[in-house]
Amino acid sequence: MSAVMSEQSAALEAAFQAWIDRGDKVESQDWMPEGYRRTLLRQISQHAHSEYVGMLPEGFWLTRAPSLHRKCVLLAKVQDEAGHAQYLYSALESLGVDRDAAYQELLAGRAKYLNIFNYPALSWADVGMIGWLTDGAAIVNQVPLSRSSYGPYARAMVRICQEESFHHRQGFDLIRALVEGTPEQRLMAQQALDRWWWPTLMVFGPPDADSPHSQQSMKWGIKLYSNDTLRQKFIDQTVPQIHHLGLSVPDPALYLDPQTGRYQSGPIDWSEFRRVIMGEGQCNQHRLNSRRESWEQGAWVREAAACHAAKQAGRSPRKEAEHAE
Amino acid sequence: MPNELSTWEVFVRSQNGIAHRHIGSVQASDSAMALQYARDVYTRRDNFVSLWVVASEHVISSAGQDLVAWFETAHDKDYRQATYYPVPQGVQHL
Repeated sequence: MSAVMSEQSAALEAAFQAWIDRGDKVESQDWMPEGYRRTLLRQISQHAHSEYVGMLPEGFWLTRAPSLHRKCVLLAKVQDEAGHAQYLYSALESLGVDRDAAYQELLAGRAKYLNIFNYPALSWADVGMIGWLTDGAAIVNQVPLSRSSYGPYARAMVRICQEESFHHRQGFDLIRALVEGTPEQRLMAQQALDRWWWPTLMVFGPPDADSPHSQQSMKWGIKLYSNDTLRQKFIDQTVPQIHHLGLSVPDPALYLDPQTGRYQSGPIDWSEFRRVIMGEGQCNQHRLNSRRESWEQGAWVREAAACHAAKQAGRSPRKEAEHAE
Repeated sequence: MPNELSTWEVFVRSQNGIAHRHIGSVQASDSAMALQYARDVYTRRDNFVSLWVVASEHVISSAGQDLVAWFETAHDKDYRQATYYPVPQGVQHL
């Protein structure tokens, strides 16, 4: 009996793989291998949580922006991040996962999110770096994901990428204003770049050789390019932008390979990456506390909404009855 | 009312990867009948891979809102657009 079943599931999996290989998309009602579903859950939940946690370092600067205009821009960006989290939690729900359950995982400190948000935004220039570098990295990562094999995820990504482009440019614009300003402002920009460059390169995840899930993810069309490929693309796109602003990349080993026309980066300190992921970054605990605090402080809103809904539901039958008379 | 049928909104997906789109509505007495009718009414020629029906009474509409105020999000907020920010000459991939 189990032999028959495993034969059946092998046939199903082969048909599924052929479907993916043809470039066809998978929708929520379609059969999918358990591993495919699990991989999607891991990736989409990490992605959704990242959008949400990503609001925290920037949110701190909302009341500290240097002008009303910059404040409006930052407010719009942070609002977008909340929206991105919503799109992605919706994609997660299409796989039958309850949003509250996913959220509780985050509040319990078990769910993963982008490591970079465990770093502090120390100065106004860091806000610019998050937009220009971190969202720039997100674009490199997400544009291919809008062709991901899972329909709801791919569609969420199309919308996110359009908005991400505004984030990227406002960040560059903010840094440009600083480098065109006083020597102190210029220094502030350089110091922020020094802080954010390496953590941004780590956003793409561990090197291909140490990324156990990558190959299977690519075979399933969940991911389209490997971590190292995307990281290299980001470096090649961003280094000339940095040079254009007259800033320097904090990597003494970086050089342009005349043979390939691509930048060769110095070694990335992956021990730091692992240390921060394990919870020992500067802000891991702080971010966790902020999330718990807002969850607890928002409890009365959830209670009031539920109370109002119950009250309305209690009223409507009477109203309808009146209407029928 | 002698006619006890209710209205159901019909959504079709032409191929996987593309979201369902609203195509029209049908009258039916229950969800099974609505799905059957939707198939008969809307899928006779085009190729679709999925159909959704939703009871029209469950569709919450923005009708009744002040249209201008409701959708006026971007008029004075053009800084939300990427194109608002000038890209210096020679800078690429921004």
